[in-house]
Amino acid sequence: MIDPTVVELSRLQFALTALYHFLFVPLTLGLSLLLAIMESVYVMTRRPIWREMTQFWGILFGINFAMGVATGITMEFQFGTNWAYYSQYVGDIFGAPLALEGLMAFFLEASFVGLFFFGWDRLPRLGHLAVTWLVAIGSNLSALWILIANGWMQNPVGGQFNAATMRMELTSFYDLVFNPVAQAKVVHTVSAGYVTGSIFVLAISAYYLLRGRHVAIAKRSLTVAASFGLASALSVVVLGDESGYLETVNQKLKLAAMEAMWETKPAPASLTLFGLPDLATHTTRYAIEIPWVLGLIATRSLDTPVEGIAPLIAEGRKHIEDGLVAYRALLALRQNPNDAASRATLTKGTGDLGYALLLRRYTANVLDATPAQIDAAANDLIPDVPVLFWGFRVMAGLGFYFIALFATAFFLASTRRLDRRWFLRVALLSLPLPWIAAELGWVVAEYGRQPWAVEGILPTFLGASSVSVGAVLASIAGFVMFYSALAVTDVALMSRAIRRGPPPPRKAGPA
Amino acid sequence: MTETMAAGPIPYDILRLIWWALLGILLIGFAVLDGYDLGTAMLLPLVGRADAERRQIRETIEPNWEGHQVWFILGGGASFAAWPLLYAVSFSGFYIAMFLVLLSLIIRPVGFNFRDKLPNYRWREFWDWGLATGGFVASIVFGVAFGNLLLGVPFGFDSEMRISYAGGFFGLLNPFGLVSGILSVLMLAMHGGAWLAMKTDGAVALRAGHAARLCGVAAAVVFALAGWWVAAGIDGYALVGVVSHTGPSDPLAKGVTRAAGAWLANYHIHPPLLAAPALGVAGALLVALIPVGRARKLAFLASAVAVAGIVATTGISLFPFLLPSSTHPEMSLTVWDASSSQLTLFVMLLATAILLPIILAYTAFALGVMRGKVRLADVAQRESRY
Repeated sequence: MIDPTVVELSRLQFALTALYHFLFVPLTLGLSLLLAIMESVYVMTRRPIWREMTQFWGILFGINFAMGVATGITMEFQFGTNWAYYSQYVGDIFGAPLALEGLMAFFLEASFVGLFFFGWDRLPRLGHLAVTWLVAIGSNLSALWILIANGWMQNPVGGQFNAATMRMELTSFYDLVFNPVAQAKVVHTVSAGYVTGSIFVLAISAYYLLRGRHVAIAKRSLTVAASFGLASALSVVVLGDESGYLETVNQKLKLAAMEAMWETKPAPASLTLFGLPDLATHTTRYAIEIPWVLGLIATRSLDTPVEGIAPLIAEGRKHIEDGLVAYRALLALRQNPNDAASRATLTKGTGDLGYALLLRRYTANVLDATPAQIDAAANDLIPDVPVLFWGFRVMAGLGFYFIALFATAFFLASTRRLDRRWFLRVALLSLPLPWIAAELGWVVAEYGRQPWAVEGILPTFLGASSVSVGAVLASIAGFVMFYSALAVTDVALMSRAIRRGPPPPRKAGPA
Repeated sequence: MTETMAAGPIPYDILRLIWWALLGILLIGFAVLDGYDLGTAMLLPLVGRADAERRQIRETIEPNWEGHQVWFILGGGASFAAWPLLYAVSFSGFYIAMFLVLLSLIIRPVGFNFRDKLPNYRWREFWDWGLATGGFVASIVFGVAFGNLLLGVPFGFDSEMRISYAGGFFGLLNPFGLVSGILSVLMLAMHGGAWLAMKTDGAVALRAGHAARLCGVAAAVVFALAGWWVAAGIDGYALVGVVSHTGPSDPLAKGVTRAAGAWLANYHIHPPLLAAPALGVAGALLVALIPVGRARKLAFLASAVAVAGIVATTGISLFPFLLPSSTHPEMSLTVWDASSSQLTLFVMLLATAILLPIILAYTAFALGVMRGKVRLADVAQRESRY
């Protein structure tokens, strides 16, 4: 039997460890590529200052990379330890991109990251440059495969339920990899990583310029970050928009919740810029609306309405009822695998099977569910509206702010006016913002998918392991203590390395 | 639905066999490559005394350990993709044990990178002992887990395939499990010692050489003892009746019996398989026999062969079982009923066939770049590379 406490604790642990892990991932993505760019300039111009820059930002990269690896192992373990039923139910499909991430990405970045630090004197210039690029490519490939896995949770294509094995099985590897939701997510997330890396370099360079230290390195770093960051910030917003468009195809409720759109809006729908979503009355008070914009973003047309929460819930209730028919057929088929009629019924209703599983939260025997229980399960389909509404707005607002910040930096750098103190202060104060945007992006994507672990296929609460409350409490306590200590250490070492700045230039020749 | 499923050109039973072998190769790759990192970490504060010696030891593994660790991560990822039931039952059933492994692995990336960032004695002692403890805990837990595979683990499934697990962490700490844990620690300490003897000079190389010989002879003895125990004192598992090798992965539909000596059945049918345990003993004894300071490469090679032989012995003895159930033997996970679908196994095999040779090539390249001894005199002159 599923213990609701285990489910809630496991969700809490997953959220804590994933959000924590995601503090380090975007910086690794962005900084690895910035290191590769800086070292490329070094190899092309042979000017030692670019090598010093690569080595200095490399120290900060190293601290962050260690944290990313340490907290990433947790994620790979956690599907099995805390979400065993999820793992066996979808491992046939979801496991493949995870294994490919190991084969194609982890080996690459992990095998070469050591040579980045230890290979300066052992490799020729071009050889070391290749190593740095391979680390960057490895990090980016890692994002590709994990987001293909995550994209499948949002938009499960290329699979089919098998009654004989009681799980989802792969039918098309091509569909899994070229899932449009996954592809949009990859570019959106990777670009967000580049923005994070660029703001990191921008802010710390601004700090040096404000203090008049390491000016030569800081100016060059700031220029690289400004140009790379501007391109990335534009890419984040464009691909974020693409993700929003794709949500109208398969995650209409997530979009409706992000917009706090209680009823269907006539075409072309207006965009609610701000407002106060009221859960009690299912209305949004003090809404400031911009006509047409949501219709354009969400449907790319002027004549398609955007569906609201109320009609989507009614649709969901219908899916649950259809799902019960499929579920009854599944039970019959488990009793008698040769029951052709049940097999046909299940095949027809297989897309709604997951909706029947939503009732397991209210009754062990879902076939006896009362209308009230079906209503409750249908209502569970609504994600947390205020969190999504505000999370999305802050994230998107920051996205536009980053474009402005990088555009200003780019303008000032190209007109040789990087001594403007107001700008340097703004750049320094912007340091924490990309992390806020990235974490909110995770919240909107993953918390917005609830109640599903896999959209329309497997409810989150069913995916949990049959472990004891005590065991999960122990691991949460362990993580909180261990991760807090690591966070303090990480910030202390980072600050120390930043305060010390780049080491004085080394003499030519082998060290 | 099963019949509409796309299948690959390779028969299902062959794919399952190949993926059993690949899982073994990943675990052996992990034990041979990351095994010397874990062993070196265990020996770090014992073999290295002065700060420069400690750094000398760490620098033998710092450039490459991260790549080696991926063998284990990929072992998890590959079992998720190819053996999802094995992944689900073992990771959730061994919950606390896995958490301990996790903490001991987490401490490594930060322990290596952070240690030399502050010139403080206590700070450095803390990370050195943290790495050593991590190496020890990971090694012993891996051994305990493998020992318990041979005993069977108390799990079962209900009608919708939800796992029930009737045991806890302390249930794993039975006498045979603990002996297996000790074997694992000795084996990896031997391997780390042989590595250090080859890669360092001076006092560290001498101390490491002595440690490797001592652990080598102890590992050979404990391995032989465990083998005798498996033959004489433990009921193995065996399939009863005809089991389809190409059916859907449904672990509820078979007969299983427990019998003394059943884990030796594969060696009776295919005597050449005895090579695995023989190499395990012979490799460890060779490490013990080579005098300190002589033939260091041969000693490390012998150690690697011993590690591979010992890990392979476990897998071969269990075959076709992956994870026997002590409470519901008929629900045990086997090669024939716990795999992914034919299509997933095929696609993943294609990917592995292309990528694994590339991985081996650049692993060899990365080790080649760092070839040669790490000399105390060089290390003492300069700062840490991180």
